[in-house]
Amino acid sequence: MLETVLTILKGALEEGLVYATMALGVYITYKILDFPDLSVDGTFPLGAAITAMLITKGVSPILSLLISFAAGALAGMLTGIIHVKFKVRDLLAGIIVMTALYSINLRITGGKANVPIFTKETIFNNAFFGKMPKAVQPYLGLAVLFFIVLLMKFLLDRYLKTKSGYLLRAVGDNETVVTSLAKDKGTIKIIGLAIANAFVALSGSVYAQKSGFFDIYSGTGTMVMGLASVIIGINLFKKVSFMKATSAVVLGSIVYKICVAIAISLGLETSDLKLITAVLFFIILVVSNDRKRRAKGNA
Amino acid sequence: MLELMEISKYYNPGTVNEMCLFHNFNLSIREEDFVSVVGSNGSGKTSMLNIICGSIPIDRGRIVINDTEITNMPEFRRQRRIGRVYQNPAMGTCPNMTILENMSLADNKGKAFNLGKGTNRKRIEYYQESLRTLGLGLEDKLEVPVGSLSGGQRQAMALLMVTMTPIEFLILDEHTAALDPKTAELIMELTDKIVKEKHLTTIMVTHNLRYAVAYGNRLIMMHQGEVIFDASEETKKNLAIDDVLNKFNEISVECGN
Repeated sequence: MLETVLTILKGALEEGLVYATMALGVYITYKILDFPDLSVDGTFPLGAAITAMLITKGVSPILSLLISFAAGALAGMLTGIIHVKFKVRDLLAGIIVMTALYSINLRITGGKANVPIFTKETIFNNAFFGKMPKAVQPYLGLAVLFFIVLLMKFLLDRYLKTKSGYLLRAVGDNETVVTSLAKDKGTIKIIGLAIANAFVALSGSVYAQKSGFFDIYSGTGTMVMGLASVIIGINLFKKVSFMKATSAVVLGSIVYKICVAIAISLGLETSDLKLITAVLFFIILVVSNDRKRRAKGNA
Repeated sequence: MLELMEISKYYNPGTVNEMCLFHNFNLSIREEDFVSVVGSNGSGKTSMLNIICGSIPIDRGRIVINDTEITNMPEFRRQRRIGRVYQNPAMGTCPNMTILENMSLADNKGKAFNLGKGTNRKRIEYYQESLRTLGLGLEDKLEVPVGSLSGGQRQAMALLMVTMTPIEFLILDEHTAALDPKTAELIMELTDKIVKEKHLTTIMVTHNLRYAVAYGNRLIMMHQGEVIFDASEETKKNLAIDDVLNKFNEISVECGN
């Protein structure tokens, strides 16, 4: 009994960490920029598709991570440009990019909705790990995930403390201040969306390498999952004053996956996953009272 | 020197609701002038400020600041030379960022917002020093989010922030209107002090006739998109609140109020 619980917990922990980088991306758009960014549903599988194809072609798994990151940034920039330069509403700008990415992702994989990379070398499955003692091998995946998530969280924390990071926070907080600092608020939003979607695509790349395949449908519901993680994390840990919001988001992602794991262990099918996601998200929104969008411009 | 030349601005042009706000409007403001602008609601005071700042486009005319034409310059670029304080105290600061972070942002205006540290530790003392001049005790609350401050405290910070870096024009858009009388007094005194210290050219829109008469060296009254009364230095010195009030009554009678 205890063993099954531990196995479920370890699985949930791993899943939570895979998606934690994505949740950090959603945190940037939703909490910092106050921009509900749906392009996330397209950039997550974008990272996965690029990674699956690159690894199939023999490109190094780490380089695949970086290329996915860059591709995500480009896609995010596109959402930003559509919103800022062409004045399309935030939600619709995201939907445009998300829809376009569905086809683009299929183009990248040559039309295949599924690309397996089980047999290839990845950041989780490689010759170096094979040489490690048998006892530690089951935990190497967790170690890699921890490393990636902590690195990304650290980079984001550092960025938010730079001058550029200050502007990013200011634009979500009060656009007028950014204008009065003689800065173009549109450019800052584009930069923010680029960073956020880079994080999401990187998460997609990690997902593909961890699960050993690319799946065109893996993106559906990404944004909702990310939002749920952000809201759980921030509301659960807001009383813990020493904890940064980014740490809370990472923990939120893990807590969320544990909730899902519990729901499944109670007898629900994996095909019910999206329903569980939706219901959980609904409960979280109602409980956290976060369902209304913040008023813009003033506090 | 700020010049508005033959400015025309229509709302809803080409429809039955077409409304002419300005028609060949001219105004020039000399360097280091402190101009108070009064006028009834809808007289075009705030629209004039919005036109100067580039918040709303104009249909005809030219705007020139110190021999540089800025008619087609986007709003954010104009703000390099202009500092603006709004009626709503929430407009000038970032509520979720701390006092220190807000001060750092303001201090960085005109410089590159790159990957350098957001807050320069060496400047903290200077920030505390300038906050101390407000006399509101904000210098000891550097880590407090601005959102938890009162309207008066925020407005004082907003004023401090827009004047921290060198600007050529200070635009005050009824910046004491949302404050209680005592705080309004404080902000007004502070404004006067900063304007004199930094030799700023200032345009202040206000509904408070006492402030309009007491502060600045020129008073303008606007009505239906035109300047109907312009008292410069000498005239203004001898101007009493009642004179301005009488002028006000005259235009109100014309309107049938």
